[in-house]
Amino acid sequence: MTTATLSRWNRFRESFLWYSFKRDKVAIASSIVLLLMVLAAVFAPLFAPTDPYDLAQIDIMNSELPPVGMPGADSAFPLGTDAQGRDMLSTILYGTRVSLLIGFGAVVLQAALGILFGLLAGYLGGRVDSILMRIADVQLSFSTLMVAIIVGAVFKASFGNLMFGEIAIYMLIFIIGVAEWPQIARTVRASVLAEKKKEYVDAAKVMGFRTNRIMFRHILPNTLSPIFVIATVQIANAIISEAALSFLGLGMPETQPSLGSLIKSGFDYIQSGSWWITLIPGLVLVVLVLVINLLGDWLRDVMNPRLYKG
Amino acid sequence: MLAFLVQRISQAVLVMFVISVIAFAIQDGLGDPLQEMVGMSVSMEEREALREELGLNDSMVVQYLRFAGNALQGDLGNSYFYGKPTLEVIAEHLPATLELVIGASLIIMFLSVPIGVYAAIKPQAWLAKFFMGVSTVGISIPVFLTAIVLIQIYSIGITIEWFPEDTGWGRWLNGALTTEGGLPSYGRGDELTHLFGTWYSGFFSTDGIMHLVLPCVSLASIMLPLFIRLIRAEMMEVLQSDYIRYARAKGLSSVRINFLHALKNTMLPVITVGGVQVGVMVAYTILTETVFQWPGVGLMFLEAITRSDIPLIVAYLMVVGLIFVITNTLVDLVYGLVNPTVKLTGKKA
Repeated sequence: MTTATLSRWNRFRESFLWYSFKRDKVAIASSIVLLLMVLAAVFAPLFAPTDPYDLAQIDIMNSELPPVGMPGADSAFPLGTDAQGRDMLSTILYGTRVSLLIGFGAVVLQAALGILFGLLAGYLGGRVDSILMRIADVQLSFSTLMVAIIVGAVFKASFGNLMFGEIAIYMLIFIIGVAEWPQIARTVRASVLAEKKKEYVDAAKVMGFRTNRIMFRHILPNTLSPIFVIATVQIANAIISEAALSFLGLGMPETQPSLGSLIKSGFDYIQSGSWWITLIPGLVLVVLVLVINLLGDWLRDVMNPRLYKG
Repeated sequence: MLAFLVQRISQAVLVMFVISVIAFAIQDGLGDPLQEMVGMSVSMEEREALREELGLNDSMVVQYLRFAGNALQGDLGNSYFYGKPTLEVIAEHLPATLELVIGASLIIMFLSVPIGVYAAIKPQAWLAKFFMGVSTVGISIPVFLTAIVLIQIYSIGITIEWFPEDTGWGRWLNGALTTEGGLPSYGRGDELTHLFGTWYSGFFSTDGIMHLVLPCVSLASIMLPLFIRLIRAEMMEVLQSDYIRYARAKGLSSVRINFLHALKNTMLPVITVGGVQVGVMVAYTILTETVFQWPGVGLMFLEAITRSDIPLIVAYLMVVGLIFVITNTLVDLVYGLVNPTVKLTGKKA
């Protein structure tokens, strides 16, 4: 019996990652909450009492009903209804789905860009490095949200409202992904600079492997753990950015709402006393972002205590 | 020092050039000035003549040079909606945004330094842990949501009836959690004091300050956790250093050590980060101004997008870009001045 014969599952169970996870109550609680939210969002069509995209199921007579527990509530709508008479529970489930999809998609895109540019900058160095990192510096000094708002504004002005609404999911993934790539690129570059000096890279060079192969097959796998940590926190950032863009009217349309556009549409009714339309999706958004951030903090502490958090 | 100065300033000019190219590309790609100027009835020949006269048939380089030349002379075109020079429109809206930023910065300065220092000196105290916990949660709350919650609590008011009214503690809890509301939640109010030029200030009347409270607190709420964490982290590092230990050994009072010796060196990195955060702050003013219908440049920019007011969008980009570039360059220069150990001409590590 040596470690070589252990299965993948057993190796995971004996790893430091699992050990520290078991001992961290915050990490366990956050991951349970996150898992529940992701499951509820992914299987929204199964759980949701109504389909908020289906106009036939909406009755305007049901509009602005309060959540259960308040006077005038209807037990068919546990979290109340919005101004159009849509069931809040269903809209929130579908909205979380849209928010998670955009957050995840944006991080995949920015990871692809960040890994590519970070590897190029770190491994090739020289002029490529200084140009790419200057661009990253400038973009970061403008703050990712500002870049996202400007790109979103230009897209919206050039596509027009209707067109923009139809392709909003892809637009948002693109905008947020492009706005946030420097975060990951910097992390990747920093680890590549450290890896590049190691002997296995020299060995690969001596063996005559091409630069591409060394970058992607040899160095990249060794830089994955910081990428993993940053990417976790970046999902939370992307979800917040999406919500902010949608709140400004540069994101998801009301017919296909994300959490951000739910908050936006509810905000118009807060003065008339219907706080639940905006505050319940707001609470869901905060909990979602908070648990991802807490998990990210935990991952960072376990995997690399000295890692810079962007 | 001179080399450093030249390097930073040429870099700033380069960035500004890139911004102007982007702004020009947006103007060129999005708007057809002819469509805004003439109606449907103008014939093709007349259009073509007008095109030639406006120089729209020139090469891109010539057009860009004309755009940049005008921009350098302070002419960024006329706003379609307001019908006057875009820079004039921005100058009218800028004071409102600046007051919002000033108010929020004051709140951040007066809260983040004492809390950050306290949390660094007594990291194990429950109050310090409480502050750090709140700041973790604070980072996860988007600024517009904080603003909405503040409006609900302090402007609209909430009534809490969860606890039994017939017991003393129940009545007390209900009363303590119920808020009156009444704070203004939109606009700047009517009692503005004219300072100079286009600057009308809300800082000099009770009504103006009441209008400033909620927007400033919302804007501050997003940056405050960041600064508290930063000051705490820097301070804890400084407290570990040898000269602090020496000062302790010499028997100096802890107040003197903490606030005179340690705080000075803590604030250095805080200045740089603070300067860089200006960019983030501008983005957040757009959100805050939207929630509070605050008549600043952020709201103006968003309205320009909905109205497809291309010249105004372009002018906003140029002005905001200029503000970023100037603050970033200044922060770099100031940092180079106050911290002699910084490598002046070398590349960033």
